[in-house]
Amino acid sequence: MFTILGIPGPLLFGQLLLGLINGAFYAMLSLGLAVIFGMLNIINFAHGALFMMGAFVSWMLLEYVGIGYFPALILAPLIVGIFGLVLERTIVSRLYKLDHIYGLLLTFGLALVIEGLFRNGYGSSGMPYRIPAALQGATDLGFMFMPNYRGWVVLAAVVVCFLTWLIIEKTSLGATLRAATENAPMVQAFGVNVPRMISLTYAGGVALAAFAGVLAAPIYSVNPNMGSSFINTVFAVVVIGGMGSILGSILTGFGLGIVEGLTKVFYPQASATVVFLVMVIVLLARPRGLFGKAV
Amino acid sequence: MALIGTTVPARAQTPTLKIGVLTDLSGPYKDIAGPVAVACVRQALEDFGVAGKGMNVEVVSADHQNKADIGVSVVKQWIDRDGVDMITEVANSGVGLAVAGVAREKNKVYLNCGAATSDLTGVQCNPNTIHWVYDTYMLAKSTGSALVKAGGSSWYFITADYAFGKALLRDTSQFITAAGGKVLGSATYPFPGTTDFSSFLIEAQASGAKVLGLASAGADTINQIKQAQEFGLKMTVAGLLVFISDIHALGLDAAKGLVLTSSFYWDHDDRTRAFSNRLKPKAPSVRPTMVQAGTYSATLHYLKVAAAMGVAQAKADGAATVERMKAMPTDDDAFGPGSIRADGRCLHPSFLWQVKTPAESRGPWDYYKLLDTTPANQAFRPLGEGGCALVKA
Repeated sequence: MFTILGIPGPLLFGQLLLGLINGAFYAMLSLGLAVIFGMLNIINFAHGALFMMGAFVSWMLLEYVGIGYFPALILAPLIVGIFGLVLERTIVSRLYKLDHIYGLLLTFGLALVIEGLFRNGYGSSGMPYRIPAALQGATDLGFMFMPNYRGWVVLAAVVVCFLTWLIIEKTSLGATLRAATENAPMVQAFGVNVPRMISLTYAGGVALAAFAGVLAAPIYSVNPNMGSSFINTVFAVVVIGGMGSILGSILTGFGLGIVEGLTKVFYPQASATVVFLVMVIVLLARPRGLFGKAV
Repeated sequence: MALIGTTVPARAQTPTLKIGVLTDLSGPYKDIAGPVAVACVRQALEDFGVAGKGMNVEVVSADHQNKADIGVSVVKQWIDRDGVDMITEVANSGVGLAVAGVAREKNKVYLNCGAATSDLTGVQCNPNTIHWVYDTYMLAKSTGSALVKAGGSSWYFITADYAFGKALLRDTSQFITAAGGKVLGSATYPFPGTTDFSSFLIEAQASGAKVLGLASAGADTINQIKQAQEFGLKMTVAGLLVFISDIHALGLDAAKGLVLTSSFYWDHDDRTRAFSNRLKPKAPSVRPTMVQAGTYSATLHYLKVAAAMGVAQAKADGAATVERMKAMPTDDDAFGPGSIRADGRCLHPSFLWQVKTPAESRGPWDYYKLLDTTPANQAFRPLGEGGCALVKA
């Protein structure tokens, strides 16, 4: 058996792969945040709560309607996305003209309300959600035992991240969207319904969070607080990647997952802190983040 | 005037006994205690038959939000303004210890059911406090030594990096070593904030140990068990603090084979089943945890003593009431016969359970099979070792 820095090679590779898997969640969540911030200038603190809703809705679909995992991958983001649309139209849209801090406070409050309602209705210990039969089992990669479901999570995350990036950066819809962010009255003058576009973007970001929630349901405890344990790290990812940068949040998400995985090999006690350490260093050296546009 | 005085019936006003259930109604311990614990207290009133015995008993409840300062101010208000005589439940060791001080200061009765810290009957014991259901010593001893006896000779731990996790690791390791087992290693994870435990699980597997000990609680334990199943861990998993509500949340697919300690299981014998079935209308969707059943047991014993010594007396002197409670043997459907020691420790057997496989289970909440029983006189820390001042007296 070969070793790297005194760590057995298989263990190191194993941890790198696990880091990549966690990175997939960070990437998907920070991507939604980046889309919403980049296009709407709203710091969406309710993102963790909406992630939790995605997991809960997939549980509800199974429990009450008998709809399984794969349809839930489409349906849950759709349902939570519509919920996001209603939130945006009725509440969030009133704050666009104000400073960022108002949006942050509002969405933080919304997150507390949503989590409180779920805790009241479903308790705090969570709900069981099984790994779908088709994705059960594991593959022996030689250096580690890789559950098939985790492989699927990485694959799904990469595809979704790529599609989102493609839509925003490479299609005419994305171009219009970006233009609307730069100069809304001008784009409106060309006959584009900007408010509707903004609403749909918010819903889209929310749907991304819900999609990550569905992916998380079989491996994490489906409970009302599941989002709050992720959200701090995810915000750090967005800041490191550069607020509003789509590509930045994707790459940083995967990258920090790997950094975290490595920390677990060398000094596990610091694994929850290392992301914030990186954030401090990046902010000192490059305040706009690794991929952010100059301010 | 004198005439009026004589015509008023000479019926003495029956004083009202007030019970305050201080619990977690909205946070992480809501399911292990919370509203069902309040229902259990009401069940005790019903089973005791307070109305038939001419007693007036009122139950109030409040949410301590897992904050010691909030717990203390609620209890002070209850005692000073509302005339509450007995406080029960109080999951969360921090709040639990703080409330013990208030009960002592105001000379009221305090029956803790939900907190884990063995300090309540150790260095911080007082003449107004009884600790009813379990403590860290009981959990460590039952899970540690009984599992070694059952063949789990080598252990690896996943430990939450704070006082509770480290205390569990230390105590359980002692019992494992004493029973002839070995601790091969421990991975300490940051608390709170860790949701993925796969790295630690892989290290545990690589250690070659037979048993994986989880020195954690709540959602962390649930995530660890779920992910252990996912990674096909070939070890016996032992949860050091797991409640039946956690097993329900996990589902048997993920939890099967898990070993845990609990002093109460609803389907243990005819008496526990009878109690749980009586409770059903008040809490239709769940079966009680040991903490919830404990509030029933503790309240029932309190009512027996209050009735025996007179409600007025019980209201007047909390320490005297606790003294009488210690003198009278306990007996109820949830915990069976038992007793209360000088340091305030309620003694009853502790049980080591294993979670059934889906094939073994007959339906929802049919989750445990019994592996081992530690008798009441051995389940808890020996009286002289806790450092409780009441013991020397």
